[in-house]
Amino acid sequence: MIKADHISKSFEGRTVLDDISVEFETGKTNLIIGRSGSGKTVLLKSLVGLHEVDSGAVYYDDVCYTQLTFNQRKAIRKDIGMIFQGGALLDSSTVVENVKLPLDLFTDQSEAEKMERVAFCLERVRLQGADHLYPSELSGGMIKRVAIARAIVMNPRYLFCDEPNSGLDPQTSVVIDNLIHDITREYNITTIINTHDMNSVMEIGEKIVYIHEGHKWWEGTKDDILHADNAELNDFVFASAMAKRARRAAR
Amino acid sequence: MIKILELTGRYFLLLGKVFSRPEKMRIYRERIIFEMEALGIGSIPLTAIISVFIGAVVTLQMSISLESPFIPQYLIGYATRETMVLEFSSTVVALILAGKVGSNIASEIGTMRITEQIDALEIMGVNSASYLILPKIVATVLFFPLLTLLSIFIGCVGGYAIAYVTGIMIPGDYIEGMHYAFLPYSITYSLIKSAVFAFIITSISAFCGYYADGNSLEVGRASTRAVVASSIVIMIFNLILTQILLV
Ligand SMILES: Nc1ncnc2c1ncn2[C@@H]1O[C@H](COP(=O)(O)OP(=O)(O)OP(=O)(O)O)[C@@H](O)[C@H]1O
Ligand SMILES: [Mg+2]
Repeated sequence: MIKADHISKSFEGRTVLDDISVEFETGKTNLIIGRSGSGKTVLLKSLVGLHEVDSGAVYYDDVCYTQLTFNQRKAIRKDIGMIFQGGALLDSSTVVENVKLPLDLFTDQSEAEKMERVAFCLERVRLQGADHLYPSELSGGMIKRVAIARAIVMNPRYLFCDEPNSGLDPQTSVVIDNLIHDITREYNITTIINTHDMNSVMEIGEKIVYIHEGHKWWEGTKDDILHADNAELNDFVFASAMAKRARRAAR
Repeated sequence: MIKILELTGRYFLLLGKVFSRPEKMRIYRERIIFEMEALGIGSIPLTAIISVFIGAVVTLQMSISLESPFIPQYLIGYATRETMVLEFSSTVVALILAGKVGSNIASEIGTMRITEQIDALEIMGVNSASYLILPKIVATVLFFPLLTLLSIFIGCVGGYAIAYVTGIMIPGDYIEGMHYAFLPYSITYSLIKSAVFAFIITSISAFCGYYADGNSLEVGRASTRAVVASSIVIMIFNLILTQILLV
């Protein structure tokens, strides 16, 4: 469980997050949705401590994360996997080296054990034959998959994904969504995904939080979202023609 | 002025992070060797080329300036050696490497910053400053003195070669000048300077890159800032170290 308790964040006097309180549940895929620029990435980074919040607190299973020092946070960070909007693979390392890095740094496993784990994770994201390529030699979808493999290699208890399927074709998007969803269930992870893709919402969203201009505007499940009584949310949800048709069909 | 104080403060805070206890020594050793190859061995060709030419040019200039029957010819060799040892092979080589290595470090780390690679390391629980910067500092501080020695040697060879090729002086006199009034301490002085300059270049450039944020324009600016700032600081420390070590 991850809980944000009245967190606010501003940059140079401009408020980006305004008094957000929300709880993300264990073993579920929690979705943060909202328009571009609404503050999703800032919220995610505030939850993991890459941005320090101005006020409020973040709890990881009853541990108040915001109060911990850098060294105390390390213990929790080893349980965190994160997929960044752009992948954020290390440019100077190959696919295998990227995925293996956390094992190199934080475990005492033998080289053979580490390679076995890396191969397992790469197979999990269905990426084969790219082991010794560099990030610059990969396609966008492959980068996302390596990023997922790296995020799960240490068996995280918390998984953060910043737009895991933006810029991917619909088929690959679905594959990646389902992959994250399956991993979440299988290992009982607390997963939080940023997205503005309504397909993902309807496909894998179990708990959904709608952020509008830095405020938490709505929260609920994907069954509620089509019937929500909220003008901004409706605008967001029914922006695509397909969603409009789905609503009409439902009626 | 306040800005400079603030930047200096942030620079020392970053150094504090860089020198906190490393995660795993083995990983660091591997990275130090990697950086020595990238930043040190990669700088050998440039250092060698400029040194051989400067050695030759200094010898030519000296032979013209000192052209007099009353001045012994070997002083030309002596002057070339002193120029290389005291100033060129440490300070000028450092300035040139500030351009090459400094901009390389700043743009590499700056790119890692804006593409969130540094955030990704932090999330894993890695001390990104120490992981990225410490191996570079250790590698350059160990390797730049070797480059200085190489530069001194190649510069002197360049002088000899020009004397031999143009016949402007007797090569034997040049060799005699090489040995004339030789103080081993001046080599020590030169090596200390180059180690300090290596530290300045690497840490300042890494600092500029580490706090770049924004887009690729910002990375370009960071690497320009890195070269300018490290060059200025090198000149200041050149003066301070000479005052302390030689006077
Ligand atoms: N480091 C920063 N400094 C200043 N302002 C920032 C910073 N990071 C984000 N912002 C501002 O915060 C606001 C929210 O940005 P954020 O990146 O969270 O949007 P987002 O919801 O993730 O959008 P997208 O869907 O396009 O990724 C934006 O207006 C942005 O300008
Ligand atoms: Mg974003």
